[in-house]
Amino acid sequence: MAFVSTPSSVSAVMLKVLFALVPAIAVYQLYFGPAILISIVLASVTAIAAEAAMLRLSGFPIKPFLLDGSALVTAWLLALSMPPLAPWWLIVLATLFAMVVAKHLYGGLGNNLFNPAMVGYAVMLISFPAHMTQWPALSTLAQAHLSFAETLQFIFSGALPDGMKLDALTMATPLDTLRTQLLLGRGVADISSMPVFGTVGGKGGELLALAYLAGGAYLLQQRLITWHIPVAFIAALALFAFGFHAYDAARYASPWFQLATGGAMLGAFFIATDPVTGATTPKGKIIFGAGIGVLVFIIRTWGGYPDGVAFAVLILNMCVPLIDAYTQPRVFGHGEKNS
Amino acid sequence: MRTLFQFNGGVHPAEHKQESSTQDIACAPLPTQLIVPLQQHIGQRAKPLVQVGDSVLKGQMIGQADGATSCAVHAPTSGRVSAIGEAPVPHPSGLPDLCITITPDGAEQWVERTPLDYQSMSPTEVRKHLRDFGLAGLGGAVFPSHVKLNLGKLAKVPTLILNGAECEPWITCDDRLMRERTADIVAGAKIMQHLLNADEVLIGIEDNKPQAIAAMRAACADARFEVIAVPTLYPSGGAKQLTKILTGKEPPSGGRSSDIGVQIFNVATAYSVARAVLHGEPLISRIVTVTGNVDQPRNYEVLLGTPVKELVALASPRNDTQGYIMGGPMMGFTLPSDAVPVTKASNCLIASSPKLFPPPPPALPCIRCTQCAQACPVNLQPQDLYWFSRGREFGKAQEYNLFDCIECGCCDYVCPSHIPLVQYYRFAKGEIWAREREKQQADLARERHEFRLQRIEREKKERADKLAAKTQGSKAPSANAEADPKKAAIQAAIERAKLKRAGVMPQNVENLPVETLKEIKEIEARRAQLKQAMEKQPDTPNS
Ligand code: SF4
Ligand code: SF4
Repeated sequence: MAFVSTPSSVSAVMLKVLFALVPAIAVYQLYFGPAILISIVLASVTAIAAEAAMLRLSGFPIKPFLLDGSALVTAWLLALSMPPLAPWWLIVLATLFAMVVAKHLYGGLGNNLFNPAMVGYAVMLISFPAHMTQWPALSTLAQAHLSFAETLQFIFSGALPDGMKLDALTMATPLDTLRTQLLLGRGVADISSMPVFGTVGGKGGELLALAYLAGGAYLLQQRLITWHIPVAFIAALALFAFGFHAYDAARYASPWFQLATGGAMLGAFFIATDPVTGATTPKGKIIFGAGIGVLVFIIRTWGGYPDGVAFAVLILNMCVPLIDAYTQPRVFGHGEKNS
Repeated sequence: MRTLFQFNGGVHPAEHKQESSTQDIACAPLPTQLIVPLQQHIGQRAKPLVQVGDSVLKGQMIGQADGATSCAVHAPTSGRVSAIGEAPVPHPSGLPDLCITITPDGAEQWVERTPLDYQSMSPTEVRKHLRDFGLAGLGGAVFPSHVKLNLGKLAKVPTLILNGAECEPWITCDDRLMRERTADIVAGAKIMQHLLNADEVLIGIEDNKPQAIAAMRAACADARFEVIAVPTLYPSGGAKQLTKILTGKEPPSGGRSSDIGVQIFNVATAYSVARAVLHGEPLISRIVTVTGNVDQPRNYEVLLGTPVKELVALASPRNDTQGYIMGGPMMGFTLPSDAVPVTKASNCLIASSPKLFPPPPPALPCIRCTQCAQACPVNLQPQDLYWFSRGREFGKAQEYNLFDCIECGCCDYVCPSHIPLVQYYRFAKGEIWAREREKQQADLARERHEFRLQRIEREKKERADKLAAKTQGSKAPSANAEADPKKAAIQAAIERAKLKRAGVMPQNVENLPVETLKEIKEIEARRAQLKQAMEKQPDTPNS
């Protein structure tokens, strides 16, 4: 056994992931109001409490595991995936579900099959579809604005300042808009001229995508993730989008739009790259990432939900053992053919 | 410029070479006693040739090679044999082994040394001499050299590689040797080239040793050996890894490197071959790096059998020294005590202290980050092997090529969860071996049982026949014996042979030869150790 080791640790890894999310949170906050900060705090507190309780119940030493930071990463990713203007119990419930069921009932850190954040998100989407659409409107487009205190009050009590309507604060996301408008028979080019759309994706959302991209670049540079999953994810999604867009530009949005909206970038760099629930072999990672990319396109285009990242990730999570088993790399000294 | 090839992964641990590499090799003084283990090589242990009380000369063979994979051991100095028996040896198992202890007389009186005229001798003859000179690989693997120099059915091994990579941190003995004793290394390589009938000789040295590279290049200029600087990347000095770097070929899994026309030796082995063949000196000393938590780190030429305690004292270990690591920090092991002797495998002794090698933080569960897989030079999936080893799914572990793991420690080194991965692999390998042996023994026992039943059956029949003969009359039997004296003689011979064999052959499972017993003991000890270590892991409560 080696007497020396790199100074890296699980906590260091997780801290770096949190750090990589900071630019995105800043952009989010700037364009969509302070609600995101509140849901991050809510999710974090819930996650840590749930983690501590579950560690205690299952007899693990609490301190080293609580300090590993993985609970915070789950919490932040979940908060960034959920609509931040939803009532407080929605994010708390989602976090509890993620931590207790998806993580600890599967054996805790390193043993869970499904991405906990995505489990929490998907269960809420199925159980409370109405609340899951309370997306804050871009601040420049919103008809009304909430201060931090008012946001807090709204999330906890549902009470808005006098005379204000919820509709004034929330807005359909670009993916949602595209979906409903396409169903109404409008063409993509026509729809894209609506105010919620920006240069390539949603207004504000484009910048958010860029911020996730920057965070992802940092993770790559720090060698916390390898290029395989994000590149395969993005390439597959873009390729499919390109093919269909080229086939009928009026009915299928451009690849740029697909990449710049919804959870594409968050998913590619932060969610699909979750090591515990992802494929581990180099080839396996490519299949895993590409599979998610394709499914995201399919769910977005023909499925019942506007965005498909969560379901795509969960479905591919199920395939991981199979993917890994069939993509074992050639071991040193073994012939080129037999793997 | 030769194109170099790459292996997967590898790591860059802090080198810590300059501590011991700046000073020249010093000669360690004669110790108060020399404890010479009879097993310093891979294979069969040597058979002792001396008895307690015998006087021996420096270089006198005191243990004889036993079987094909074995080599001799020699008295490192002149003196008297003061003990033969089990003594602590530097082995990870911590178990004692048979050693011959010699009390030096201080005269350093040599046996007669006769250089070999190797070019006029047959290769077989030369190899026999090398075996009797005690030559074994000095890079740490201590495989008997004469075995590796055997061409067998091959006409030649086209490529001979000298390994001067010395990729483990802290170790500098080969570096100093290449700088100071260049000529003998090259001479040794020539002898090996002759024996292997090799076309080319490649000498691979990591590029963090520019002086050694320069010295070797200068000495090799007219021998047309190629000295190649390889990028510093642990474990480039692994025999298989260096072969890949220099030739692009991968020694086949489970096969030999000669299968791909390559044979590889450590530079120190080449040096010792030259000392043996050209000067008639058997292998009785080696260069050892003494470094780590000491005031005067340095390389020493040390007589084999020198107690570690006496050797490290020369380098003045600091007060907080906790123990000694033999080998490097990646693949070495903590010595069970400092009473063990230096052997052919001891390339480096590192004094360790809690400050220098802090214990790793408690292990966390594997997060499947695949840092280990990215670092593994063999391209294994260490996280899967860990999972299978821990879950005792040994069949699966083997399927995922556990036995290709070279235990280089790269995965340990990078794991953010600080899981002692190699420990798990050793545990799994040990268990698999133990099971294999149990199975063999069970087969043997079953065979014996069947044999016994047959014998009982036969004896019954014989008794019945006898009875029948008796009832028939008393004339027949005596005539029978007289009629066939030849048969009787053969029978007697068989009985004698049986008796003789009974003395050396295993009678049953409980009465195995010492080697096997020792091996079993070692494995048991290792199992116990690992079990203990693994029980300390925090990630096991629900497993
Ligand atoms: S480096 Fe450690 S934590 Fe990461 S996959 Fe390998 S064993 Fe697991
Ligand atoms: S110890 Fe084995 S599994 Fe780990 S890196 Fe080395 S060869 Fe690979």
